[in-house]
Amino acid sequence: MATSTLERPLAARPSTWFVWAGMTAFGVFLLGILVAVVVDSFGRQWFDTWLPDGLTTERYVEAWDRFALGEVVGVTVGVAVLVVVISVLVGVPAAYVLARRDFPGKRAVMLLFLLPVLMPPITYGIPLATVMYSFGLGRTLTAVVLVNLVPSVPFVILTMTPFIEQINPAIESAARMCGARTWQVFTRILAPLLVPGILAAAILVLVRTVGLFELTFLVSGPGSDTLVVAIYRGMTAAGGGEARQLISALSVIYTATMLVMLVVALRFVNPTQLVAQVKETRDD
Amino acid sequence: MSVGQRPGRATASLRHRLAERGVDPALLLLLPGLVVAVALFVYPFSYGIGLTIQPTAAMQEQWGGGVLANYVAFFRDPFVFDSVWLTMRLALPAALFNVLASVPVAMVLRHRFRGKRLLTSLLVLPITLGTVLTAQGLLIFAGRQGWINRALLEVGLIDEPLKLVNNYLGVMFSLVITGFPFAFLLISSYLSGIDPSLEQAAKTLGAGWWQRFRRIVLPLLAPGLATTFILTFVLAFSVFPSARLVGDAMGETRVMSLMAFRAFGEQNDYAMASTIALMMGAVELLVVVAVLGLRSLLYRGTTGGKG
Amino acid sequence: MSDFESLELRGVGRSFGGMDALAGLDLTIRAGEFVALLGPSGCGKSTALNCLAGLLPLTHGEIRLDRRRIDTLPPERRGFGMVFQSYALFPHLSVEKNVAFGLQMQGVPRAEIASRVRAAIDLVKLGEHARKLPGQLSGGQQQRVAIARAVVLEPSLVLMDEPLSNLDAKLRLDMRTEIRRLHQSLGLTTIYVTHDQEEALSLADRLVVMREGRVQQVGTPDELYESPTSWYVADFMGYRNILPATVVSASGGEVVVELPGTRGSAGSVGSGGGGVLLTGRAVGALGAGDRVRVAVRPEDFSVAGSGPAGTGGSIPGSVSVVEYHGREFAVGVQAGDTMLHARATTAPDVGGAVTLTAPVERVLVFPEALDAVVPQAVAA
Repeated sequence: MATSTLERPLAARPSTWFVWAGMTAFGVFLLGILVAVVVDSFGRQWFDTWLPDGLTTERYVEAWDRFALGEVVGVTVGVAVLVVVISVLVGVPAAYVLARRDFPGKRAVMLLFLLPVLMPPITYGIPLATVMYSFGLGRTLTAVVLVNLVPSVPFVILTMTPFIEQINPAIESAARMCGARTWQVFTRILAPLLVPGILAAAILVLVRTVGLFELTFLVSGPGSDTLVVAIYRGMTAAGGGEARQLISALSVIYTATMLVMLVVALRFVNPTQLVAQVKETRDD
Repeated sequence: MSVGQRPGRATASLRHRLAERGVDPALLLLLPGLVVAVALFVYPFSYGIGLTIQPTAAMQEQWGGGVLANYVAFFRDPFVFDSVWLTMRLALPAALFNVLASVPVAMVLRHRFRGKRLLTSLLVLPITLGTVLTAQGLLIFAGRQGWINRALLEVGLIDEPLKLVNNYLGVMFSLVITGFPFAFLLISSYLSGIDPSLEQAAKTLGAGWWQRFRRIVLPLLAPGLATTFILTFVLAFSVFPSARLVGDAMGETRVMSLMAFRAFGEQNDYAMASTIALMMGAVELLVVVAVLGLRSLLYRGTTGGKG
Repeated sequence: MSDFESLELRGVGRSFGGMDALAGLDLTIRAGEFVALLGPSGCGKSTALNCLAGLLPLTHGEIRLDRRRIDTLPPERRGFGMVFQSYALFPHLSVEKNVAFGLQMQGVPRAEIASRVRAAIDLVKLGEHARKLPGQLSGGQQQRVAIARAVVLEPSLVLMDEPLSNLDAKLRLDMRTEIRRLHQSLGLTTIYVTHDQEEALSLADRLVVMREGRVQQVGTPDELYESPTSWYVADFMGYRNILPATVVSASGGEVVVELPGTRGSAGSVGSGGGGVLLTGRAVGALGAGDRVRVAVRPEDFSVAGSGPAGTGGSIPGSVSVVEYHGREFAVGVQAGDTMLHARATTAPDVGGAVTLTAPVERVLVFPEALDAVVPQAVAA
């Protein structure tokens, strides 16, 4: 016990045990929550016992029909993919400029992109939703995609800017000196180097979009609800909400969708670190 | 020859002068981003500010103050104004706890050991759960008939079930479960940015682990701590679904976002809803500015301090 | 090999927000020449190189290749090759593909690309690493790839921006020889930026010494080494002792100067009013009372135990540092407040009293002001 090895100098200290105890508590809560939802979703009936009195998959069938889940999952995936693609297409070029150029008003532009990330979504969400409704876009898919772009585009810009900054600008100069035009520098040199960063940013936007509740909730309606919103509506429906186990089944479907999307997305990430670490300033 | 060259030279020098200030065609790449930001953020935001000074007739009648009736209502109506305090009472302790708990955990997990990957993925798991599923899980797991209360009753620690959800505590649990992994990831990345040889240098100079932490790691981590606090605070401050689902929406967790949504979705008073939303942003901004101010104080204080 | 006669820079300048990073650079480079731009960081040498490459727009002046004006062309259309300090290899492409990139951009036929790439890779002796990624190579190998990538295009001009400064000392020497060998065998016109005088002296046919964006002196290595025109250039050329002084008297090319603060202990020889007197060769017009800088190479000082004065006067002092340098010793001599650097074949005792002497023609006396220096005209 007291003979802790040299490699782990913190191992025997009470503070370390405190940390581990805290982590254990956190883990118990986390797993408890997860397992409780899964068990509940498969339970026949579960009131004042340790475990439900029988297992069934009926809840899923029922939830699927009740909430038109085929459509909801389709909307969720579709909205997420659209938001990811648009934010990357819009955000990456902007991040490139912010990483590489110094121009008048750069600080103001940075602030403009920082604000939506720092503000509570409700603060800009409510005026934005009001505008959407006044343009007749309320409860449409277009509105859901548009509101999700507000935090996503700045998010891509803010994560990609430091990533681009760490790519040695001399690499681009080298490509030009080899005779590459601007377009060729982008497609042949920058794009392959940016792929790991873009994928990382895309996955984070995907997770955020699927999980984002407030903004979607403000503008979505039947036919444009995403999974989170559908679950929330189920839980808060007038008259005490839907049966608890239906909600649990929905929640499990939500987590499963999230996990599948994450796994699919992670398959495309090449973990090899391609980016040269050497930084260089052009003017001495 | 020199005559023929003149026009080309003039345009070149103008282009050069602009390029020197950083203005060249590459700036066009910024345009789509700016269009999105202006059309979907700046315009609605200004529109929202405009809305706040167009109160409904009912509001004007009830609270007076003419075009500022919404603001009068916000500050005078205790049902609305109390939500500021109720929100802060949740968000500040939650953000503080998440940041402070992340530091020791990140410090311990910095070292290599068996099962580190598993532990890290366990910590990242809640990000995929989302607030709504967390709420649902908490209701089942920590409810009156949940496994926690069941276990505590069984062991004999308590005589009747603890009330862990549908109150302040429930929302707090939810904020920690969703906010802590986020804070942990950020702090870990800040911590990994600190050169370990600095600590080794301090060790060779005879500093104990507490001194190393206090004098070396903490000052270097301070800016990261402030940033993490701000970001987790922003998350906790805009708490909405969990306040409604595992909290006491009409009582002790009647947070500002719920009030804003009530005006928007239930009363259809867009002007009042915008007012509450904007005030929410203002209150949050105050806290952010305060933390940033504190950060500059703290950072200077600890690096330039007693040495 | 280079398909032009001369590259001319006329009044080339570049300013950043009102600050001149480079001003009034006039230089003519003949085909096949190896020119080094030498100076400390911030002197404008990299700016000059980037302007030449087209990576930075000029704010003044023009660049002509033979009679054709090229400073308005973008970098990709100038047809120059460049080697960067940080190598700047494309990290996602193999060695082969890095080298082939420029040829692909030019639309060279596939078969020709393959043979030229092979030849270039063999030239830098990286045959067995052709399929590796840059990250798998050592620093020296990476720099060889960068050189191959630049020369495979057979550019009219190769620009090298401190290509050796990221390498360790031994590798730097090897690569220096390698670059010289490549230049001699390919005959490519090369402009080489460095802050290392040894590198510049050993590689270049002609040196351009720069300071604060302006040219201080242009000349062959021999000219610069033997007759620098300012103490600034002398400092770069290994005159390690640069001492402030005042002219006591001047006659013909010889001046007698007084070195303040060199007054050692009692019994010094050749003493004047406030400091030791030294006779040297004047560079430029000097008169009595002028503030000057005296430049002496460590190897031109001879160290003697308090002996007779040499021709140019002698400086008494005490030995404070002795370093072993193989065949000789580097000796630090404290004379009053001033530390002087000398060489000796035998190690003197630390703390012992010695006298430093130097021949008159090896003691260079420069005006203190640097801005009056006019760059030498360049022979065409």
